[in-house]
Amino acid sequence: MRGARLLVRALRDPDGVGDCDWAGLISAARAEQLMGSLAFRMEEQAVPARVAATFEAARRDAAQTRTQALWEAEMARRALAPLGVPVILMKGTAFHAANLDACVGRSVGDLDVMVPRRRLDEVEAALLRAGWEHVKDAQGYDDDYYRRWMHELPPLIHRTRDRMIDVHHTILPLTARPRPDAEALIAASIALENGLRILSPADIVIHASAHLFADGDLAGGLRNLWDIDRLLREFDSPEFRRTLLERARLHQLAPHVARALRLSNRLYATPIDRIFAGRFTLADRLFEARLLARNGWGQERRKALRFAFYLRSHWLRMPPLMLARHLWIKARR
Amino acid sequence: MRHRLDIQIGPVAFRIGSAWKAPLDALGRLYAAYPAPADGICDFTVRLEPEKPWRRIFRPSVAIRGDYVLPDAAPMALAHGLLAAEMGMNLQMALGQKSWLLLHASTVEKGGRAMIMTGESGAGKSTLAALLGERGWRLMGDEFALLDMDSGQLLPFPRAISLKNGAIRVMEAKVDAARFGPRLEGTPKGEIRHMRPNDDSLARMGEGAMPALILFPRFGEAEAIRPVGAAESFMRFTQASTNYVNLGRRGFESLNRLIDACPALAIDYPDTESALALVDDFWGALAA
Repeated sequence: MRGARLLVRALRDPDGVGDCDWAGLISAARAEQLMGSLAFRMEEQAVPARVAATFEAARRDAAQTRTQALWEAEMARRALAPLGVPVILMKGTAFHAANLDACVGRSVGDLDVMVPRRRLDEVEAALLRAGWEHVKDAQGYDDDYYRRWMHELPPLIHRTRDRMIDVHHTILPLTARPRPDAEALIAASIALENGLRILSPADIVIHASAHLFADGDLAGGLRNLWDIDRLLREFDSPEFRRTLLERARLHQLAPHVARALRLSNRLYATPIDRIFAGRFTLADRLFEARLLARNGWGQERRKALRFAFYLRSHWLRMPPLMLARHLWIKARR
Repeated sequence: MRHRLDIQIGPVAFRIGSAWKAPLDALGRLYAAYPAPADGICDFTVRLEPEKPWRRIFRPSVAIRGDYVLPDAAPMALAHGLLAAEMGMNLQMALGQKSWLLLHASTVEKGGRAMIMTGESGAGKSTLAALLGERGWRLMGDEFALLDMDSGQLLPFPRAISLKNGAIRVMEAKVDAARFGPRLEGTPKGEIRHMRPNDDSLARMGEGAMPALILFPRFGEAEAIRPVGAAESFMRFTQASTNYVNLGRRGFESLNRLIDACPALAIDYPDTESALALVDDFWGALAA
């Protein structure tokens, strides 16, 4: 067993790893941004001294990542507090801020937040005043495209801290076929002690599923699926299962959540609602192969399959005519 | 990967994979005296792969990849494959090393105590370290100094020394030809030739040393010596470290400890001979 498959095995069942291709495991974990998660998962295992030292350093690094992510959230909170806008943390920062099991060793890149769409202009202005700047030109096709069709503002970066913030107003691009109910996401959100908010448990899982299966090409998907596994295990209860199904339907994302359940169960042995999830399909096999397309050198494999998923990501995002126009404009640059 | 070479350098083991044989042959010759990792495990993976699949054979072009990558790193000519492997190892250290405080500095040791030298590219720290390594000092490393945050020791990382332009001739006159890699011409940094540290340096690659003196050399100026205060040393080292910020409080405390424990001097020097004489003076004064 090598590469991504070995990584999944180690995350799922750390006791069963034994002696393995350690360099390959570490390379795959680094490439999939799962090194911190793996290091905590393997903390109790007897591993060779060099590997133990690498894991120890990764755990320390993860603690620093957490500190930085929470600090960045605090900076955004201070910048936005005067507006009285609900600010909902999303993805990794939310896991850390709420101390969910999914935060253990979780890497965090950008700060992702969600605010009501009608308050976007105020929020953007407040962030610009507080030292964030536009990454791209604040004019032209890309900027127009973001503002008109995306679920987030064009990315902003902080002048001195060099950290990005993505300000969302919903969880999928407006061009995607499912139309999640953004107001319901905000209405069900939960306040943390410091006044920042997170999505409700069911909505967190739905967002993670939408991000993985309704948006993007599944690059780095093993980490997102690991988030889903951790979240499902932490939240699991008969009531949660009912709520998850209801909310997934409300957001028009039931098929995506069902697929997330099936694949999380398949790769990480997550306990799931079998009736909601349905049976593992032939298409699921392709998703599985795409998620595992990395070898023991950390290289991406299965070029054709990856390209197919890349095309799919554009197809999901845009109707055909719009896609044609988009690719034409991008190609002429 | 088609070809593979594992190398242990100081406490760090690298696994280097390549789509071509030539770069690893050159690397294998240069690093012939280095051990393979005793446990068979590597800390970092470097990959030399074609930028596009057809560029393995047709107009070969070597992309430097690995556990950690710079997204916009320019690919290199196959003739410079050895340099690509070296840069790949540097990159893993610079971006991925989390176990020690990493300082862009060269280190030499004598009598169990180490002198650490840092400065901008072209300041002459590599050349000085290489020369000292042939004159009774032990070369611990010319590129990265590893500071152990628990013990306060500097750990050796005796990579092959990357000599540039004028420094190549200086060292060729003093060192056995068998210790040199091929002459690499027309690289982005001009002419480069790698030189393996001597046997003593390699035999003791597991042996750390407590720091005793900090030097900020600058080549090409009239001779001048200036003591450097703790605040300036601190700033210069944070600029010379790739992982200082990441290490948080431990990084801050161990850097302060290093600076508190050692006198620091900035020296300007017109030629290497005068620099070596200055170093001898300081070291003698320190020992007295």
